Amino acid sequence: MAAIFHGVGAAASLSLSPSNSFDSNKSVFSPRRSFSARKGASFAVVRSEGTVNLNLKGRRAQQLISNAVATTADSIDASSSSKPGHELLLFEALQEGLEEEMERDPRVCVMGEDVGHYGGSYKVTKELAKKFGDLRVLDTPIAENSFTGMGIGAAMTGLRPVVEGMNMGFLLLAFNQISNNCGMLHYTSGGQFTIPIVIRGPGGVGRQLGAEHSQRLESYFQSIPGIQMVACSTPYNAKGLMKAAIRSENPVILFEHVLLYNLKERIPDEDYICNLEEAEMVRPGEHVTILTYSRMRYHVMQAAKTLVNKGYDPEVIDIRSLKPFDLYTIGNSVKKTHRVLIVEECMRTGGIGASLTAAITENFNDYLDAPIVCLSSQDVPTPYAGTLEEVTVVQPAQIVTAVEQLCK
Amino acid sequence: MALSYLRSSSSRSANLLKPLSSGLSLRSPISTDTTPITVETSVPFTSHRCDAPSRSVETNPKELLTFFRDMALMRRMEIAADSLYKAKLIRGFCHLYDGQEAFAVGMEAAITKKDCIITAYRDHCTFMGRGGTLLEVFAELMGRQAGCSKGKGGSMHFYKKDSNFYGGHGIVGAQVPLGCGLAFAQKYSKDETVTFAMYGDGAANQGQLFEALNISALWDLPAILVCENNHYGMGTAEWRAAKSPAYYKRGDYVPGLKVDGMDALAVKQACKFAKEHALKSGPIILEMDTYRYHGHSMSDPGSTYRTRDEISGVRQERDPIERIRKLILSHDLASEKELKDIEKEVRKEVDDAITRAKESPMPEPSKLFTNVYAKGLGVESFGADRKEVRATLP
Repeated sequence: MAAIFHGVGAAASLSLSPSNSFDSNKSVFSPRRSFSARKGASFAVVRSEGTVNLNLKGRRAQQLISNAVATTADSIDASSSSKPGHELLLFEALQEGLEEEMERDPRVCVMGEDVGHYGGSYKVTKELAKKFGDLRVLDTPIAENSFTGMGIGAAMTGLRPVVEGMNMGFLLLAFNQISNNCGMLHYTSGGQFTIPIVIRGPGGVGRQLGAEHSQRLESYFQSIPGIQMVACSTPYNAKGLMKAAIRSENPVILFEHVLLYNLKERIPDEDYICNLEEAEMVRPGEHVTILTYSRMRYHVMQAAKTLVNKGYDPEVIDIRSLKPFDLYTIGNSVKKTHRVLIVEECMRTGGIGASLTAAITENFNDYLDAPIVCLSSQDVPTPYAGTLEEVTVVQPAQIVTAVEQLCK
Repeated sequence: MALSYLRSSSSRSANLLKPLSSGLSLRSPISTDTTPITVETSVPFTSHRCDAPSRSVETNPKELLTFFRDMALMRRMEIAADSLYKAKLIRGFCHLYDGQEAFAVGMEAAITKKDCIITAYRDHCTFMGRGGTLLEVFAELMGRQAGCSKGKGGSMHFYKKDSNFYGGHGIVGAQVPLGCGLAFAQKYSKDETVTFAMYGDGAANQGQLFEALNISALWDLPAILVCENNHYGMGTAEWRAAKSPAYYKRGDYVPGLKVDGMDALAVKQACKFAKEHALKSGPIILEMDTYRYHGHSMSDPGSTYRTRDEISGVRQERDPIERIRKLILSHDLASEKELKDIEKEVRKEVDDAITRAKESPMPEPSKLFTNVYAKGLGVESFGADRKEVRATLP
């Protein structure tokens, strides 16, 4: 355990080779390419009996950094000027996506607390009020139930509001509007009304924010019929998902994470969107399928480095689409690796992982060599104390142990 | 109930009666006479933070006869729904509007189909007022394909998009923020139209109502909140639920008007006034003093929390259809017999519609999965085998 906390510091670094996720998402409709070459990786071949042939690099004692949230400059491979695209932080990517959609379609408007003059509590809507005016970027009073309802009512007439919950947890106050009106109106009106609303906001466990501000609403909303849920995890998919969500005719809930707003990545200059129902192949592999989303993706990638050094070859998929699940990508992966590990930040009971476990078991039971392992947060209110909070969520060391057990 | 004081601006002529007495056609034509008649409302308006409109309402024979016909149709429809429910053809919830018809017709007379209306679950007559047909109503109530929501909504989910009727909502009070959202969209698109967001005395105590009112007043939205005060929130009388049952005053900084909701002409006057106000100066609350003869819904007899005397008393003194009938007769716009004929016609129309609705089939099982998501632009792929075709995004 001690090794995990040793690396905790102000500048936590994340090494996520940008080219991996970049290539497979280059364009929305590109056929799936499986590529086996990975930059700078140490290879290990594991045969099905479990014996391992390591290459010459050997095993390094990997220091696991549990609070992987921000990139540092060294993780960007080449110098900024030679690569195409532009570099930005995740919240800037969201802002860019939002701004581009607002320019493109005059029906898009933003509603939320402090989104206008203040610029957004996480700066996602910075400068938008100055550019588009008060009627399109609306500061609401603190009344989630009613302004979410108003957004839905406006969407019924054809406007495309983007409703921001300052923290996803506050949207619990608007649960009735989201469930009954947002999700169900298309159905109960016999198809007369569509609700092209986007509800977005940061959620998840942050840095000692306390129980009420560390909630994972995806587990509460997942049963609502008629809505789509997506979770962004990189600047690339944040911008892409934001744009796709705004263009979608269905109500979409976009889950952002409080700790991921300062992630830096180089994204393309051209207009692109990410498919709302597709999962993202982060790292192809052979031994085990690790399904994750949002912040846990980074814990998984951290663990993947250790696993690779230990000789495992995990396939990491960022599921991105929480409702509906991309069972196609997931299924193909399960058929290849026969082992599944789900790493999520939701609580064990009734979380996304629980539903995903059920979905995979129902659809792909024949392909599984071992029971699905689901690592989730503990079923407790998130404590304030830092040490306790660490233990509440899944840490990379646990992921490594789980994979080792799974691949025995 | 004293007859309205009559001040007719033009001399009554016997010609008014002629168009009504053709016995050959199945449907007696409503008089197309639009000679203005001025009628005084039975009760003056009470206002809060605004100047009440005048008690003198301009109307004409055509309008009065249309009121009579429409209200008779609504009344007959609701009574028929009652029988259908008892015959177990309508299941679940069925909230009937009889007694409150004056509001639905009076409001329609003051506005256009471009103005939006949103209401709660007592929506059958409001839907009719917006241009819905009897077939759509009965088919939806019986869960058939010909229903306005294809049988998938039910009694509480009537919608008519092309005439801006936004439903039809089951959760008490939830439609008010939606209504303010409609008003926001109207302001956004600079439509010069208004939204009537209706709710009951029971919903008047919901927090989201005041939240939405605050935002509407802040943003100057053309929202008209109408409290249809039938004095009982299901089984709880208003004085037991609200510390201040003066619902028109509950908006505090928002002006309000209290109206006799069983006088169709007063309703018309108030709605006209409200529309002008909303377009100029933002939200306004209308309180309609009305009454429902049936219980809250079909499972409520309606007599455990109020006396039968009270119900019959209101029926005798304030019934909206009787009021219009007396007005028509006193102005000689039609004879007793003609009005009775209209009622007979209406009865037949309702019976025909029920027969046709019964013939409409139940929805296909495959329809269970339609309209969960909007296809095409939104959803691209679904399921483990991606059976859905990928759509091209613009």
